[in-house]
Amino acid sequence: MKQVAIKLNGKKIKCNEGASVLQVAIDHNIEIPHFCYHEDLPIDANCRVCLVEVDGKVMTSCTLKAQAGLAVKLNTPAVAKLRKENMELLLAGHTQRCPKCQKNYACQTREQMEKYGVTGKKYERPCLNLPIHKMGSAAEFDPEQCIGCNKCVEMCQKIGIGFLQLKGQAAKNSLAITDDKCVDCIYCGQCTVHCPVAAVREQNQIEQVKAALKDKSKIVIAQCAPSVRCSIGEEFGVKPGTNLMGEINTALRQLGFDRVFDVNMGADITTWVEAKELVERIKNGGPFPMFTSCCPGWVKMAEFYYPAMLEHLTTARSPQIHSGGAYKTWWAEEEGIDPHNIVVVSLMPCTSKKYEAQMDKFKVDGHRPVDYVLTTREFAVLLKDQNIDLPKLKKSTVDPYGTFSGAAAIYGASGGVMESALRTAYHFLTGKELKKVEFKQVRGMQGVKRATIAINGHKLKVAVVATAANVKLIMEEIKKDPNAYHYIEVMSCPGGCIGGGGQPIPSTERIIAQRIAGLYQIDDKMQVRCAHKNPIVRRYMEEYIPSLPEHKQRELLYTSYSKKKRFE
Amino acid sequence: MRNIIKKIDQAGLVGRGGAEFPTARKWQSVKDAPGKVKYVVCNASEGELGLFKDIFILEHHLAEVMKGMVLAMDTIKTKKAYFNLNQNYHKKIKGKLGKLIKQYAKQDYEFEVFVEHPSYIGGEETALLDAIEGKRTQPRLKPPYPSDAGLFGAPTLINNVETFYNVALVAEDKYKNDRFCCLTVDGKRIDVYRQPADWSLEKILRETGNYPDYDFFVQVGGSASGVVYNQKQLSKNKLSGAGSLEVYRASMKPHQLLSQWFEFYAAESCGKCAPCRQGTFNLWKLIDKKTIDWKKIMAIVETMEKTSFCGLGKSIGVPVRSYLKNVEGRK
Repeated sequence: MKQVAIKLNGKKIKCNEGASVLQVAIDHNIEIPHFCYHEDLPIDANCRVCLVEVDGKVMTSCTLKAQAGLAVKLNTPAVAKLRKENMELLLAGHTQRCPKCQKNYACQTREQMEKYGVTGKKYERPCLNLPIHKMGSAAEFDPEQCIGCNKCVEMCQKIGIGFLQLKGQAAKNSLAITDDKCVDCIYCGQCTVHCPVAAVREQNQIEQVKAALKDKSKIVIAQCAPSVRCSIGEEFGVKPGTNLMGEINTALRQLGFDRVFDVNMGADITTWVEAKELVERIKNGGPFPMFTSCCPGWVKMAEFYYPAMLEHLTTARSPQIHSGGAYKTWWAEEEGIDPHNIVVVSLMPCTSKKYEAQMDKFKVDGHRPVDYVLTTREFAVLLKDQNIDLPKLKKSTVDPYGTFSGAAAIYGASGGVMESALRTAYHFLTGKELKKVEFKQVRGMQGVKRATIAINGHKLKVAVVATAANVKLIMEEIKKDPNAYHYIEVMSCPGGCIGGGGQPIPSTERIIAQRIAGLYQIDDKMQVRCAHKNPIVRRYMEEYIPSLPEHKQRELLYTSYSKKKRFE
Repeated sequence: MRNIIKKIDQAGLVGRGGAEFPTARKWQSVKDAPGKVKYVVCNASEGELGLFKDIFILEHHLAEVMKGMVLAMDTIKTKKAYFNLNQNYHKKIKGKLGKLIKQYAKQDYEFEVFVEHPSYIGGEETALLDAIEGKRTQPRLKPPYPSDAGLFGAPTLINNVETFYNVALVAEDKYKNDRFCCLTVDGKRIDVYRQPADWSLEKILRETGNYPDYDFFVQVGGSASGVVYNQKQLSKNKLSGAGSLEVYRASMKPHQLLSQWFEFYAAESCGKCAPCRQGTFNLWKLIDKKTIDWKKIMAIVETMEKTSFCGLGKSIGVPVRSYLKNVEGRK
């Protein structure tokens, strides 16, 4: 790519020829306010806020391409006036719903409105009288708050679903769902992480968690998902990929959680159960391929779009369900606590985990393993609400029952589940330990990764899929050759859970790559890097579980799947 | 026919959809664009107020229009053309059109009719391409232009009904630099006239016997987005844009005129970009009130004309500013 020099407000900047001037500004931390632009999505140019001036003419910087000698002025009187007008028009009537909005605590849009003197009250928008649409118990959108930026629609398309659409002409243009009955939402929440105004958002559970924390009769457990620790910092201005686990543990105690455990411990249980199943299938010669099932978005996708494939999903429960179940049985028994009084709160990079947590099929002794799920963004709101400045806190460690291995830490990255399972499957197959535990073939940001792994004379053909759109490719390969793969990991979101729908905004592929690097660093530094060597999980799997009758073992470790209807 | 582009160039044909782009240049660029698959599209959307000449041409000269399209297909080397046809027009001409399509099918020319829900934005050439592709009727980001990447990504030649009709005349050396004029007087559609393109507005009104015996002003080239002239300007100006001439009584209240325009804009905005989507709605709301707040109106008008995504939103300054300058400001 040819490099050219352009000027932004007189400052000379070198960039690729043809690059979007808005992107160049973003890359150099030069502020140009914008609402509809996202570096991973096609340029839509509909908000008309990213205005700049070139040779006396006002234009949008997102569509302006860098050429040698281009001189761009950022804040001329004409730009300032038109930008303010367009922000007033774009956000007309929007702030009337602010008091109800969870973004109230950290709303970039409100900050920008204040900065540019925009009231949101200068103009009107028509009342649509449309209800809030709920996507299962995961996400929801309010058409009245939509500013038509189209990012969620494009992202839903990019994820491979196409559930969301903008509908309605003129000022009635707003977010809606497709009329196509063969299309259903998989609850991945990528729409929520691409909405600049929280018109589409997670179904908020902050109030329920606050109430549980206040309730003296409850023992409230927090468990943090692998991905959250390397992204929450972004909400506090810290570089993506910075591991704030120690600070999170301290913050959770300050918030009043009675125990600080970790979804990573559950991930080690999942690895154990899943690796056992893989080894069984290898010994029995199938059925292959075996798919992972810890992504509820992928499970919903399989149950709606590919019901014929359900027997291929591993029967292992997902990490938060595994660990939640362990707390409400094993830990409760050891501590002598009535599980009825235990409230488990998961901190997740994900919205579909909210949907998963509500499912009756996971109940253990009538109790849901997880009571509430907060996204990374909701967790940040909770912290800011209590004036906790996370990066400044002292580090502390997780409570003993939250102990985890390095294999769990990498669960958040696409390929992490596969790598963890392979580390343990090797042990289960050979009785030996790997000298080198890394399987770098399955790492990275690509949407589909394929590899052949030799274990004990078996040539295991594996694939790792990130972003639901790529499932179609793999399914076509399997249709052509049912023996194409032995083991396939699927995550709905780009880069895996770390690029999940509950993560901080903005979430871009570049940011996701930085977060992933943080996860692998955690693993690199750990003493215990295999799930089956986690002492807590060994006690649970080797002592507690075998002591239970078989149906109880099933209730705690395994699950099943069924064909799902639309909206189910 | 060889050298049709040269003949079109010599005849000085320009697009009659309103933009008046030189036809020969458009044809040449689609011809030169690389690509095995190309398309011809005839735009019979005619969604602007005061326009009804395309349906007149379709009803009276359909064979010529299709001949023009076939010449276009031969020139850019394709066998496939689309008719972007206003639904109301489709009802009127479908019998005749069907027969001609069957006849051309024998020569391997394929015409596909896209029945368009009538809309103003449907006339925007990239919006109509998206509509034909089954997407929302909204304008695309340009470049790429349709001549490079149009329908389904292939180089596409889009012309208006009248333009294709003129091409057929040029091919037979019958083109006389005439153009069609849709005349509306005091809210009533009078007729479609055909007269030399260089006639002044005054001459059109006088020669057709429609010069009013009362004080009036006119709007030319679309009765929403067209330019407004007062009586004294008639002799110095010609028919422009898409070819409409509307006569308003001088006594017409600004409130009535603006509400006509703004109601149209507020209904026809596709909703894609913020200034047009919310701007048109707020202009319409402003006219709801009895008094006219020109300052507020002009703030929105300026924002729309300078920052809208496509020509629809940008065009709003033309009628409002010319009306203020030529009529309201002279009272």
